[in-house]
Amino acid sequence: MTWSEMQPLLEQAGQETLIMVGWSTLLAVVGGLPLGILLVLTDKGGLLQNTVVNKVIGQVVNIGRSLPFIILMVALMTFTRWVTGTTIGSEAAIVPLAIGGIPFFARLVETAVREVDGGLVEAVQAMGGNTWTVVRKVLVPEALPSLIASTTTTIIALIGYSAMAGTVGGGGLGDLAVRYGYNRFESGLMWVTVAILAVAISLIQFAGDATARALHRRGGRSGAAPRLRLLKTEEPATADVSKVA
Amino acid sequence: MITTSGLTKVYRSRGREVTALDGVDLHVREGEVYGVIGQSGAGKSSLIRCVNLLERPTAGTVTVAGQDLTALAGRGPRAGKELRQARSRIGMVFQHFNLLSSRTVQDNIELPLEILGKTGQERSRKALELLDLVGLADKAKSYPAQLSGGQKQRVGIARALAGDPKVLLSDEATSALDPETTRSILQLLRDLNRQLGLTVLLITHEMDVVKSICDSAALMEKGRIVESGTVSDLLATPGSALAAALFPVGGDPSGDDRTVLDVTFHGEAATQPVISHLSRTYNIDISILGAAIDTVGGLQVGRMRIELPGRYEDNVVPVGFLREQGLQIDVVNNDAVGDGQPLLVKEGAK
Repeated sequence: MTWSEMQPLLEQAGQETLIMVGWSTLLAVVGGLPLGILLVLTDKGGLLQNTVVNKVIGQVVNIGRSLPFIILMVALMTFTRWVTGTTIGSEAAIVPLAIGGIPFFARLVETAVREVDGGLVEAVQAMGGNTWTVVRKVLVPEALPSLIASTTTTIIALIGYSAMAGTVGGGGLGDLAVRYGYNRFESGLMWVTVAILAVAISLIQFAGDATARALHRRGGRSGAAPRLRLLKTEEPATADVSKVA
Repeated sequence: MITTSGLTKVYRSRGREVTALDGVDLHVREGEVYGVIGQSGAGKSSLIRCVNLLERPTAGTVTVAGQDLTALAGRGPRAGKELRQARSRIGMVFQHFNLLSSRTVQDNIELPLEILGKTGQERSRKALELLDLVGLADKAKSYPAQLSGGQKQRVGIARALAGDPKVLLSDEATSALDPETTRSILQLLRDLNRQLGLTVLLITHEMDVVKSICDSAALMEKGRIVESGTVSDLLATPGSALAAALFPVGGDPSGDDRTVLDVTFHGEAATQPVISHLSRTYNIDISILGAAIDTVGGLQVGRMRIELPGRYEDNVVPVGFLREQGLQIDVVNNDAVGDGQPLLVKEGAK
């Protein structure tokens, strides 16, 4: 297979991957961010402590995370048809990709938001801020470097999932590699696809890391603040408090 | 300005109950600096968090500037609008500063103003004004990570003042700072207290903090206030544990057959040559075991531990003479001297 034969195939598949991963990432972030924050807020000791809601969201997220993507995709076919009117093609693949991506991202968001120093939340409460203020002004901005890193991880996971989406006619680079490389023994095209995917993933990882690092360097940590309130100790520099009874 | 009555806080976890506050009655007058001192676990932190209801008291009431905050709290765990408004009029500074690392110094100070819904122009004007007040006018665009501990606390103080509060709560504001920086932060708090008429309630485990800026103080132990009052009243109270801790004098008696007295001078009495007078009048030899003069709460105070020959019974007359001179005399029990129990053990030494 010559390059001129490969080129249109690669362009077509590249576009499909871009559409599938782009949209599903967007949806995963839009859906996963509030879910992840809710998981933290409704947890024991959280601002909106609610055991029932926490357990329900936690279970939904766990189920979403534990299902193999290919099974999720098949299981969701009815839903996909209801949303997009079809079960094949890139558009149809976006639905299961987004639904697979949401719990994945939500767990990462949960971890990132938990890392935010509880003292900052307390400070905003002491200023008269409500829960929404805490989310908007503290939790999201302070967790932003971690959230960027989580998004990078999610994009890369979704690129992996999108290869499976090829099996329902979603197209994309992964599907191209399977159809030509595996089914037609066109190993040349397969290796080109592999190389493109490898380069793309490296670039995404690099860009994500650089952004997260830039944000982190700007802010740094807020000094001596321990991130876990539980570890807060009151160790004085000197012991001036002593006297004879 | 701040009054708590019967304030009680009980923490329940896994069936265990811990009483952090046990009926605390506190009264902070307008315009004073009030220090609450105690060991870790004495309940100081719970107390200050109950004042702006970051912690819900189990029982009792909190009144700040004539407003009963406990009545505003409502039933649910979340703070209602009225409580949040009341909180915005109470400034708070923290041991670990609690500045947002993602915001510049100026934006950190603007945060409470954003919550109050001020316009961008008002916010930046106020923030720059406050930065000037705390002496950090040139750091507006820096990030907290680029500042030293003392500078961070200055930003924390500026932020606490953004809403023009009448009351400032200070939660161990200097405990993470070195002694030099501690002094400058305390000086700043003192200046703000005088310039703005700010009422300051601070909690600390450092006696020096109370000594250098407090008008009044309270000693907390096991969730209770065991002693409280203005610093000058405390110093004038015989046997006051706080006074002795604020102003310790040491020295062991040279023998068994001696009377050891702690003499506290303040005001007029400090200028009189009482000791030599005593010696001449009764023809007795007086040894000075320890002495110090210091400024406590803005007052010149002297303390001296002296030793008279003979048992206490033999010295009733000279002791009476000293008391007549307007001095405060505490007779040091022989048994207690030297091996006395520390009232406030070194923090972290447990």
